[in-house]
Amino acid sequence: MYTDLVMDHFSNPRNVGEVEDPDGAGQIGNPVCGDVMRMTIKVDDDRITDVKFKTFGCGAAVATSSMVTEMVMGKTLDEAAEISNRAVAEALGGLPAQKMHCSNLAADALHLAIEDYLTKAGRSGDVAKVLGKKASS
Amino acid sequence: MKTIYFDHAATTAVDPRVFAEMEPYFVERYGNPSEIHRLGREGREAVDKGRAQVAAALGAADKEIVFTSGGTEADNLALSGYLQRFEPGHLIVSAIEHPAVMETARFLMRQGWEASFASVDHDGVVDLDAYEAAFRPDTRLASVMFANNVVGTVQPIKELARIAHAHGAAFHTDAVQAVGAMPIDVAELGVDLLSLSGHKLYGPKGIGALFIKRGTRVGPILHGGGHERRLRSGTENVPGIVGLGAALSIAVADLPTEGPRLVALRDRLTAGLIAAIDDTIALGHPTERLPGNVCVSVAYIEGESMVLQLDGKGIAVSSGSACASGSLEPSHVILGMGYRAEEAHGSVRLTLGRENTQDEADYFLEVFPPIVARLREMSPLYVKR
Repeated sequence: MYTDLVMDHFSNPRNVGEVEDPDGAGQIGNPVCGDVMRMTIKVDDDRITDVKFKTFGCGAAVATSSMVTEMVMGKTLDEAAEISNRAVAEALGGLPAQKMHCSNLAADALHLAIEDYLTKAGRSGDVAKVLGKKASS
Repeated sequence: MKTIYFDHAATTAVDPRVFAEMEPYFVERYGNPSEIHRLGREGREAVDKGRAQVAAALGAADKEIVFTSGGTEADNLALSGYLQRFEPGHLIVSAIEHPAVMETARFLMRQGWEASFASVDHDGVVDLDAYEAAFRPDTRLASVMFANNVVGTVQPIKELARIAHAHGAAFHTDAVQAVGAMPIDVAELGVDLLSLSGHKLYGPKGIGALFIKRGTRVGPILHGGGHERRLRSGTENVPGIVGLGAALSIAVADLPTEGPRLVALRDRLTAGLIAAIDDTIALGHPTERLPGNVCVSVAYIEGESMVLQLDGKGIAVSSGSACASGSLEPSHVILGMGYRAEEAHGSVRLTLGRENTQDEADYFLEVFPPIVARLREMSPLYVKR
């Protein structure tokens, strides 16, 4: 039911863990629903220089988390903000339909980490500008 | 890669001896048992033999066995077929039934029936007081599964049937997981209706049976040529019936040695898992359980990810997590026993069978703890101690 790429990211997840002294952290999901994703980022000059994830969840939850870390590494905050949950699923060659909602939240977790970074940096005013409507998604 | 199959509650391989008995009935002895020519008579003899084998395995009379397409159809026939002669009233099913009973009860509710869902305790045993209190003057049927497919708990069927009869209701049990795995005597148990399935006991898929105690009036849910004493129309699945009869005969003959062997393997695995992995709990009743069922919940991680990791090592197991079940809800059985959703998400089920060995159990205990450690390392819910 999973693509080879999903299985690869699940079996050999990239960037697992927590970055040290993160500039931003975002967590989404709920253990009751069976999925919790946590993203930590390091930011330098509005560019993501390091990103790591921790995920409780199924194969799709782990694979999307791993994939989004690969997609945003080295990207600017604006570029990272453009990445949607759907884009992550597409980059993995698709996900089973029932996984699209519950287990495909990695981009949301990343956006929360970016929001956290901007808030901590005293740039709350930039949240809407960088994340646009995504800040509330 | 060697495959270790620990998912016998899902299905079993057909026993080669069973397959050998079935084989002639596909190409050579293909006659329709309803015909009087030689080929037809051969088919009829095979069906009669299969029926006698199934009846003998249950302590029933031949005429009390109706062949169906499997456990699901047997459950549908038991509930819908038994209740169809009554004005809509009330039925009782346990809260942890297989969907074949649960969804049939819901179907009947849409036809005007009212249903009570008898609760279970923390071990998965039906609460007898609550069960008895649920009976009403218009309760026509109670249905409680013999042994649960997820957590393995075996119900006090004799007592549940006695209580139903005391309230003027009939009693059905879905014994799909139990038949062939433990001794069953329908007369001793006092049940009116009992469902079973071929592919859970090293027989083929697509065949099952319903035991209908003599005098219990059941109507058909499939209409047609009047096969199976008018209860199940449709040309008999002759190879399937041959396979079911043969498989059940073998299972019952092997039970005195195979039952205790699986219990020892089960308890070794359960104890080994609890000892090797902290924050792991065993689910289901510790002793009143299926001989081959090991069910544990591993904290901080999710079931599907464990199933996939084990699959990568060539080990087939199952989980009661939402993801592994293909629905969005974690197992209603584990939730019904009062566990939290997280605990249901973290459940892993190993169901052992004939070909499993102690070496395989020990290999599992070697391979699984590092998988858990790796997944916990990845989990934001896990705090290293």
